[in-house]
This record gives sequence, C-alpha cells and structure tokens, in this order.
Amino acid sequence: MNQRAFWGLVQREWRLAMRRKSEVLTGVFFFVVVAALFPLGIGPEMDTLRRIAPGVLWIGALLASMLALQRLFEHDWRDGTLEQMLLSPVPLPLLTAAKMLAHWGLSGVPLVLLAPVLGLQFDLPPEALGTLVLALALGTPVLSCIGAIGAALTLGVRGGGVLLSLLVLPLFVPVLVFGAGAVEAQVSGLGAQAHLSILAAMLLIAIPCAPFACSAALRIALDA
Amino acid sequence: MVDLQVSQVVCERGARPLFAPVSFSLGAGQALQLEGANGRGKTTLLRVLCGLATAHGGEVRWQGAPMAQVRADFHRQMAYLGHALALKEELSALENLCTDAALAGLELSVAQAREALSRMGLRGREHLPLRVLSQGQKRRTALARVMTRRAPLWILDEPFVALDAQAVEHLCRLLGHHVAQGGALLFTSHQPVALPLPGGGFCAVEHLTLEPHP
Repeated sequence: MNQRAFWGLVQREWRLAMRRKSEVLTGVFFFVVVAALFPLGIGPEMDTLRRIAPGVLWIGALLASMLALQRLFEHDWRDGTLEQMLLSPVPLPLLTAAKMLAHWGLSGVPLVLLAPVLGLQFDLPPEALGTLVLALALGTPVLSCIGAIGAALTLGVRGGGVLLSLLVLPLFVPVLVFGAGAVEAQVSGLGAQAHLSILAAMLLIAIPCAPFACSAALRIALDA
Repeated sequence: MVDLQVSQVVCERGARPLFAPVSFSLGAGQALQLEGANGRGKTTLLRVLCGLATAHGGEVRWQGAPMAQVRADFHRQMAYLGHALALKEELSALENLCTDAALAGLELSVAQAREALSRMGLRGREHLPLRVLSQGQKRRTALARVMTRRAPLWILDEPFVALDAQAVEHLCRLLGHHVAQGGALLFTSHQPVALPLPGGGFCAVEHLTLEPHP
C-alpha cells in the first residue's frame, strides 16, 4: 500500500511536470544562463575562470533549485490535493519523501547532467568535471530535502517566496561550502574524498529526517 | 463499521468561539445534515472531524477510541470532499481518479475508475484534461473520486454546489444508496435534501444546526 502511494505520487509529479514543461525548463535555463554569463562578463582569463568555476556553478545550481521550490506544495495546497494527502492512511512523511524525490528528479538531475558541459566553459580539467558531477549528485538531493522543509513552513504565507529564500539559503551554506570545496580540492591536487564524504553524510542525515520535519510543517500550515 | 462520537466540540477562530459546543453521534446507516448560517463554522467543524484542524475543546472518538490513536484506521474508512476539489487541472478525470486512489494506497483499475465516472454522467469525457470541463463536471469528477474510495463514512462539504437539477437528483439517489448499504453520511447543505432509498421511500436525514455561541 505504502509503496503504491509513494511511486504513484512520484509518477503523478512526473506526469504533471510533463504537462507544464515551462516550469521545469525555467530552472534549467536559469542555470545555463547564469553559468554562461560569468565567462562573458569576466573575460577569457583561463586561470580566473578555473578558480571561480566551482563556486559559480554551485551557486547557479542552488538558485535554480530554489526556483522550483516555491511551487513544490503551492499547487497541491491551492487545489486541495494536500488535504487529501493529509487524510490518506499512508504516512505523510512517505508522501513528502516522494515529493522531495520528484523535486530532485525534475530540478536536480538536469543540473547534474548539464554541469559538466557548462564546466567546459570554465576550462575545468576532466577529473574536476567528474568531481563536480559527483558533488552535485550528492549535494542537490540535500538541497531538495532542506528546501522542501522551507517550502512547507512558508506555505500560505504572503510574500512566501522571499521568505523562503531568506529561510533556506543560509541552510544551503554547508552544502555550498563542501560542494564547491570538493571541486577546488580536486583541482589543487588534494583529492576530493573528504569533501564528498561530508556531502554524503549530509545526504544520509537529510533523507530520513527531512520528510518528518516537512510533514510536521505541512500539518501546521493546513491547521488554520 | 462507522461509529463516530462527537462530544462538546468547540472551534475557535482568533480566540472567538465559532459556535456553541456540538455533540452528536453517527453510526452505520445514518445521514446527518449539518446546517448553520454562513460563517458559522460548518466547514471548520468538518475539517476538525476529519483531522485536518484541531478542536479547541471537546473530544472526537472513532469506534470508541480517541481520534489521535486511530487516525490511520479512520482515514482508511473515510472519504472527504472539501471546498477545494483536490483535482489536477492538467490531468484527465480518469488520471485524477487513478492517482488519487494511489495516494490513498488503494488499488483502482482503469475499468473501475471509468465506471465511477460514467455513474456520475461523465461517460465520453474521461480523457479530457480537467481544465476544459465545467465547474459542475469537475464537481462530478470529485464525487466520483469519493465513490472510488469504498469508504463507509462520507464527509461532504456542500456536495450539491454547481450541480444541475438532474445531477442533484442523481447524487441524492447515490447518497441514499450509500446509506442503505450501511454507509454513513455527514454533509453540509443549505437546501432541504431528500435521499431516496433503492427500495422506495426516503432515508431519514437527521439535522444538526450550529447555534451561535452564547
């Protein structure tokens, strides 16, 4: 029963995204454009570009994943689907976990796949590109987990979008530090092992904890 | 088996009690119509009974146990239709029913969903995206969703809104059928409602009026 509900929700999110493609593509194009503007603005000094590349790509990914966050529960809340999710005999944390997985699949995975292409613009060496992909693959699900809690907390609040950014961006800092740090460490020859381990540890904490926090926030948001 | 006991429930909005404490019980084969002026708190009370909002006093029991202990079991046996229809505009009526059943952890075949929709008079419109349907047709889809839940207790907030005369009559028959089969019904409506029973005659509808707080 629980499995059916989990995959049923993931499938529904996927189907909805395919019918409102513009929402998914906005985040992806945002990422591409932000990452493409930096080399144009800074000029073709390879050393500078290589140095800023990890930070720029990570901040781009951070902001792009923020874009889709505001709508994570907004539609479901407006049309009453969220009420039905709360009234389902299936545990709510499982359903919120499905929403997080769908958010990551639709807004995180495209970034992971695009990052190496964009990394070429910054003249990143091949081994650094591999690290970048690995760091993003470990880091972006953490962003989806933390972001979902923020989206649930700001649900129904007027000006929730700005509040969401203020709430969530500071919490993204550790992911940014270790994510960008991993690529830098790889470029400087230190090896990215330590950074990637810490990112993986964050992910392992976020996966079991975030759905419960998110569910509690949703219950509060609807109890009005 | 439906056994809902409500005793002395109070709901507040901004520290102001909405209505005088409410007590009633609802069992299998019973229909209860909740009445009260606009803004009296009918929807709030229904949300409290479903477990979407918390009461500020009183107690709700399901099969003798406090609601907090038996919530999952209660939700398995209850179908709720609120003001928001819980339908996705981008999906077709059929897809809406199937995904909703999945969210509730139920198995629903396409044939069953199709049958529920045609019972609500939506035959031939199963595959249209919901945004092209009219308000009344959307509401019919939402009512079809309630039926596919196979839940003995139906809690419906203004189920007759936006339906045409024929659909109202049809819905009354379906509700009467549900009650006759041992289901229970709790709904709000401003109109007097007669629920015809399948064997002839009408189902006795109890009325509960929310009084203003003294």
